[in-house]
Amino acid sequence: MPPPRRFHYFHSAGIRFAATYAGLLAVSGAALAMFLWWATAGLLDRQTEAAIATDALGLSERWADGGLRSLVSAIGDRLAGNVDDDAVYLLADSSYAQVTGNLDRWPPSMRQSGQFYELQVVRGGMRSLARVQAYDLPQGYHLLIGRDVVVRSQLRQLLTDALLWAMVIVCGLAWIGAFVVRDMFRRTLASVSDTAQAIAAGDLTQRVRLTGRGDEFDQLAEVINDMLDRIGRLMEGVRQVSNAIAHDLRTPIARARTRLEDASLHAESPADLHAAIERATADLDGIVAVFQALLRIAEIEAGSRRAAFARVDLSPPLAGVAELYEAVAEARGVTLETNLPDRAPIFGDAALVQQAVANLVDNAVKFSPDGGTATLSVRVRPSGIEIEVTDRGQGIPADERQKATQRFYRGEAARHTPGSGLGLALVQAVAQLHGGTLRLEDAAPGLRAVLNLPQSAGVVTI
Amino acid sequence: MRILVVEDDKDVAGFVVRGLKEAGHVVEHADNGRDGLFLAVSEPFDAIVLDRMLPGGIDGLKILETLRGQKNATPVLILSALADVNERVKGLKAGGDDYLTKPFAFAELLARVEALSRRGKAEGPTTKLVVEDLEMDLLSRQVKRGGQKIDLQPREFRLLEYLMRHAGQVVTRTMLLEGVWDYHFDPQTNVIDVHVSRLRQKVDKPFPVPLIQTIRNAGYTLRAERA
Repeated sequence: MPPPRRFHYFHSAGIRFAATYAGLLAVSGAALAMFLWWATAGLLDRQTEAAIATDALGLSERWADGGLRSLVSAIGDRLAGNVDDDAVYLLADSSYAQVTGNLDRWPPSMRQSGQFYELQVVRGGMRSLARVQAYDLPQGYHLLIGRDVVVRSQLRQLLTDALLWAMVIVCGLAWIGAFVVRDMFRRTLASVSDTAQAIAAGDLTQRVRLTGRGDEFDQLAEVINDMLDRIGRLMEGVRQVSNAIAHDLRTPIARARTRLEDASLHAESPADLHAAIERATADLDGIVAVFQALLRIAEIEAGSRRAAFARVDLSPPLAGVAELYEAVAEARGVTLETNLPDRAPIFGDAALVQQAVANLVDNAVKFSPDGGTATLSVRVRPSGIEIEVTDRGQGIPADERQKATQRFYRGEAARHTPGSGLGLALVQAVAQLHGGTLRLEDAAPGLRAVLNLPQSAGVVTI
Repeated sequence: MRILVVEDDKDVAGFVVRGLKEAGHVVEHADNGRDGLFLAVSEPFDAIVLDRMLPGGIDGLKILETLRGQKNATPVLILSALADVNERVKGLKAGGDDYLTKPFAFAELLARVEALSRRGKAEGPTTKLVVEDLEMDLLSRQVKRGGQKIDLQPREFRLLEYLMRHAGQVVTRTMLLEGVWDYHFDPQTNVIDVHVSRLRQKVDKPFPVPLIQTIRNAGYTLRAERA
């Protein structure tokens, strides 16, 4: 026994899609927050550092110009001129005792020069936060330059809080969105799944509902519906064939059986018996021929021959058909006119097309009146090859034309000619296999059969 | 001719064996793949009639492949209920010389087997075919009868050539369709008869002795009618 499937949520494609959605949303939210942080708080930090660096450059020039006295006076000037009251200076001697500046004492944690520190300072009796950097001066003096950043740090705190909250909201939204995505997914698939279940239960008329938005799901639904239509047609074909076998093959089988039984009961001489057996054998041969034609049509309709498709020139095989039937037509007092191009390239199965055209020409010759003319003409069009076979016989009445391509259908006019009623069905099957069409038209008088075969596969090279 | 029939269906095998014997051939029969393969490799035959689906673990194609693997070129006629184009191709690819689907008419089988045995003998490139007073020059593509030139259409030429190559043997309508027109389907109308009768007009009509004979329920043969 297989183990029971645990926690089906992991098997739900909806959940997977939803989780992906949530994950993507969270990641993009985080990326946005990080960029915002970098662009605001980060910018403030960089501005502070730039200001400190500029200060340091200015003060070092003063030191170079006038030594300690000049530096002390410069610091005094800068402190006096500092409107924002955010500058921090401390000049200390080699023992870190204050020489001048607005800090009372050198921060003990700060020993490394040339590096930024952010630390608590006491300035004018007020505790505050400053971003500072120390510089070593000649003669053991140390200079500390900094900026009060308490306001900026508050701003940064605010920003951090806001972004954290935003992340929480993003996660919440992602969670909700995930559920929405999952539900959409389920709803959309429900239609497909319901249809499939109905089909599996035997109701072949069900189709997937289209939303009419023309989106991917609609495209999928259309493909599925096309597939179901095809299955439906195949089922219909199977039913037609079984009906046909039941009705149309029963008759010749019954005839052969009757002949044999009659002969076995009533034959008076071996010659009679022989004759009856021979006739029954001929009947059976006819039945076998019908079966072979049926199987061939079924084979063509199944589409497996498509694997053998190739680029072929139809001209030689069709010329062969014309040549084969020209003699037959002549023997019947019918003229077969042919009009073939030098080349008629298609992507398909030349032997099948040849057989289809042979069937059409066979019909045309068969139904032509004495002294009449049948024509086989092939035209190369940009869209494909058009094969037209026309006779001057009785034609097929308009209301029968649709049915003429069904298996075993025999028109009133054809009742008394030999044939199985499978010829046009085969032509139709060959046309469909090639993605083409078979059109039957009134040639007034007579029948015009037009077989259109596309130059498919997108390769048109002449 | 010594012919091996490998066929498991009792009725079919009995029918084929009896018929071939009546036609004057020596026939061996195996009713399973193992015996069939054993006979085929251990004894010389002029032709083998081989069913495809056989009991005994070795099917017809396997026998055929084994034979051809041993450079045994005995002509093989595959006799099978598998009638698909693909199956036919499979059989011929495996080394079969001809493929006949069940159900079949015995005349068809006999004609094909006899045609095969002729093919088995290496003829070498012939340039001239002669039957009675009918001569065919394959190089200049000229046909003469009793010294008199006969003009033939290309297809008529090929039809006559086929008949002459199988002179004295029966050729069936399907053999002609396949051999001369390369058609592997059965046109509903009997087109072959029309073409043969046209050929007769040219080859036989002007002469006292007809050469193309119709064999009832079978096909045609090319030989002088002897009383």
